[in-house]
Amino acid sequence: MSQVNCLHCESPVATPVERHVDIDGRQEPVCCEACEIAAQTIIDKGLLDFYKFRNRPLEKPADSPSDQKANGDSGLERWVSYDRPALQSEFVVANDDGTQTAHLLLHGVRCAACSWLVERGIATIDGVKSISVNPVTTRTDIQWNPARIKLSQILSQIARLGFTPYPHTEDEVERIAAAERIKSLKRLIVAGLGMMQVATFAVSLYAGAFQGMDPAIEKFLRLVSLLVATPVVLYSGAPFFTGAWHDLRARSPGMDVPVALAIGAAYAASVWNTLIGHGEVYFDSATMFVFFLSVARHLEMAGRHRVLGLTDAFASHLPRVATRLVDGEQREVGVMELVPGDLVLVTPGQAFPADGHLEGGDAHVDEALLTGESEPILKSAGDRVIAGSTNQRSAATFRVDRVGADTALAQISHLMTAAQKEKPPIVQLANRVASRFVSGVLLAAVIVGAIWWSIDADRAFEIVLALLVVTCPCALALATPAALTVASSVLARRGFLVRRAGALEELNRVTDVLFDKTGTLTDRNVMLRRVETFGATGEERALQIAAALESRSEHPIAAAFTAYAIAQDVDQVTAFPGEGLDGYVGGRHFRIGNAGFVAELSAAIVPQWGGVSEATRCVFLSDENTIIARFELAESARAGAAEAVDALVRRGISPMIASGDQDASVHAFADQLGIDAYHAELRPADKLLLMRRLQDAGLKVAMVGDGINDSPVLAGANISIAMGSGTSLAQHSSDCIMLSDNLMTLIDAFDTARQMMRIVRQNLIWAVCYNIVALPLAATGVLAPWMAALGMSASSLLVTANALRLSRLQPSGKISPDMAAANHVRSSVEATQ
Amino acid sequence: MRIIFVLIPLSILLTIAAIWAFFWAIRSGQFDDLDSPAWRILLDDDSKPPEENEDQ
Repeated sequence: MSQVNCLHCESPVATPVERHVDIDGRQEPVCCEACEIAAQTIIDKGLLDFYKFRNRPLEKPADSPSDQKANGDSGLERWVSYDRPALQSEFVVANDDGTQTAHLLLHGVRCAACSWLVERGIATIDGVKSISVNPVTTRTDIQWNPARIKLSQILSQIARLGFTPYPHTEDEVERIAAAERIKSLKRLIVAGLGMMQVATFAVSLYAGAFQGMDPAIEKFLRLVSLLVATPVVLYSGAPFFTGAWHDLRARSPGMDVPVALAIGAAYAASVWNTLIGHGEVYFDSATMFVFFLSVARHLEMAGRHRVLGLTDAFASHLPRVATRLVDGEQREVGVMELVPGDLVLVTPGQAFPADGHLEGGDAHVDEALLTGESEPILKSAGDRVIAGSTNQRSAATFRVDRVGADTALAQISHLMTAAQKEKPPIVQLANRVASRFVSGVLLAAVIVGAIWWSIDADRAFEIVLALLVVTCPCALALATPAALTVASSVLARRGFLVRRAGALEELNRVTDVLFDKTGTLTDRNVMLRRVETFGATGEERALQIAAALESRSEHPIAAAFTAYAIAQDVDQVTAFPGEGLDGYVGGRHFRIGNAGFVAELSAAIVPQWGGVSEATRCVFLSDENTIIARFELAESARAGAAEAVDALVRRGISPMIASGDQDASVHAFADQLGIDAYHAELRPADKLLLMRRLQDAGLKVAMVGDGINDSPVLAGANISIAMGSGTSLAQHSSDCIMLSDNLMTLIDAFDTARQMMRIVRQNLIWAVCYNIVALPLAATGVLAPWMAALGMSASSLLVTANALRLSRLQPSGKISPDMAAANHVRSSVEATQ
Repeated sequence: MRIIFVLIPLSILLTIAAIWAFFWAIRSGQFDDLDSPAWRILLDDDSKPPEENEDQ
């Protein structure tokens, strides 16, 4: 039987396919109602190109089918509350022409094709003036005319296309970054254009100096050079002067001090000489200097910002709207309007907007966000619920106890910020080195200046200037950030984002990697490991019955059976939370679930079994007479997990597991991956303690995790890596984010970091050699300032070009076919043990 | 060579115009998204009705 995949989300579909969409008479399979709605909408709007051009599979649309059905055809009701002015005040601005603009983030947008789809699909709606979707940040701006269409109608259309809109409130960090970017671009353009102009004047002046030139023209050229160089130095060069001033006030001279000194002195002397009408001018050297260093700064900044936009998306797990119950009536209100004591209704699939306790009715609550525990927990009236956890099955009402900053979610984020402050600042080391280098250069300049003053006072200034320019610490100031930026962008393309500038450097020193288990080493899916039948029913039939029952369940376990589903009658399926399912398949009564639960129906004794590790979970299937089969389920390892662990060991880095799960299950999983060291049953605080203990022993520890429970330990690690599929709070507290689902990306990161350090070292060696040659030449007066500026530029270009080589280097950590085969053999041996 | 007294100020004026144009481009958001335009060119601007996509 060939695999059939859903047209929309590309996940496997059970055969024979029950749902179809019609494309020109061809029946394309879809897996569920949500996908069907999305695909049908795309077809109706004539946007089929989308399926041709997308290059990454989509997520399943977030709305569960039942949800959409309940909300009527268009699913409009869900979005109506977004028309409330109190809620809109957060993310909608009114324009002068009577239209309004909403800032949104779209969950599910993954590539340019997605953004194209949304833009095409929405722009054609009457009343929508414009829409733009950034595929990288998923940031979306919609401008519409409120007199002709409501925001809720637009949002429901976006949802029908299979994407979930979230209001986006621009935060401080983002605003600052945008302002910084604009300023930097402007400075760069002024410096670039100004430098070119000044350079043409300078060439004329040099030519004139050799061939002779009309003094009037010479004076004119010097004046216009002054005119053009002034904005370059004072506007584009301003950050160097303010940087130098801060350095001097903090008494730790950095790169900015000699740079500002050289630019300032060259400019001041040139202005003076232009005004008095004789002597050298150095406008060309000064502007060139400003431009090249601005380019370096801009590159470094661009690398920093690229990552920022991605991580700040979906910062909040809390919903923006809540349903408040007042005297039995439902009222949609903004979450910030909630106060302790309110009674709030939470529908299945929604997150709890605040901390509180349940008021009547049971609820299955997924607290994976906070505890990392993947199983929903059954809670009954009076039990505490935590903001950010999601209600899984039936609608629940709860009484609000704490809101906003008082919630547990907010508290954890505080804990995380505190840990972040203790982070060993490796940046200080780089600054110390630079500071010593700069002090040396300044000292040399003073000595050389004093010596030349006594030999030939006229030339002393020119020589000191040449010295300051030629010894510009460009390998440090330009090449190191260039190498960092290139390495980060290479890794970003492979699905590994570097958020903190020093993270790659630190990655090189790592001796131990601490992994969280659930969601990091495993992929949250449950996998069918083994089937054992006891009665006359064959294995295949048993699987089909199980699949039929589980098709009516949304429990994570159900996914393990999807592949075996066939079309057959399924009736009266009832879920018994925490126990199993009961229902009729083909007219016969079956139960699937834990041993005690199925035994109630069949009144049979559950067969004993042996040799099952506790990492696996068993589910039984029975009919009215006997136990039919036992299914062994296990968490499946994330793609590349075993290879990555192996590759780490070969690189001399020891992997370790720190998990909140049961000891036995962690043990079995550690064995499966070949990890010797594991720690189980750890609370978030215990993980942080473990980290501190390892660090106290002198180890440099990288933490790889995904849940909010990992946030404190991520913040306390030497270097922290959050999984992209994990919670955004975890991502906020980490240095790097792994977007790729394959753990081998981690090895790519280690290798790229190593290559980057090699290139940085090469550049530093070059810088030292260059300075050893250039410094005496400048000091002895052989170099004119323009030669020094050229030499410096050539040297900068060389180191930058060397850094750019990184983008072409192949990661050496790719698994060879041999190794992959060996790993396969190993894992199959383990499976049969 | 007296012409350069005219040409050079002219070139400076052009530079100022170029800088103004760049500033305007930055202000109007043309540098905000440098990633998606490269992809967007591959996608047809006018959406076709489904019948015309027979050959895919």
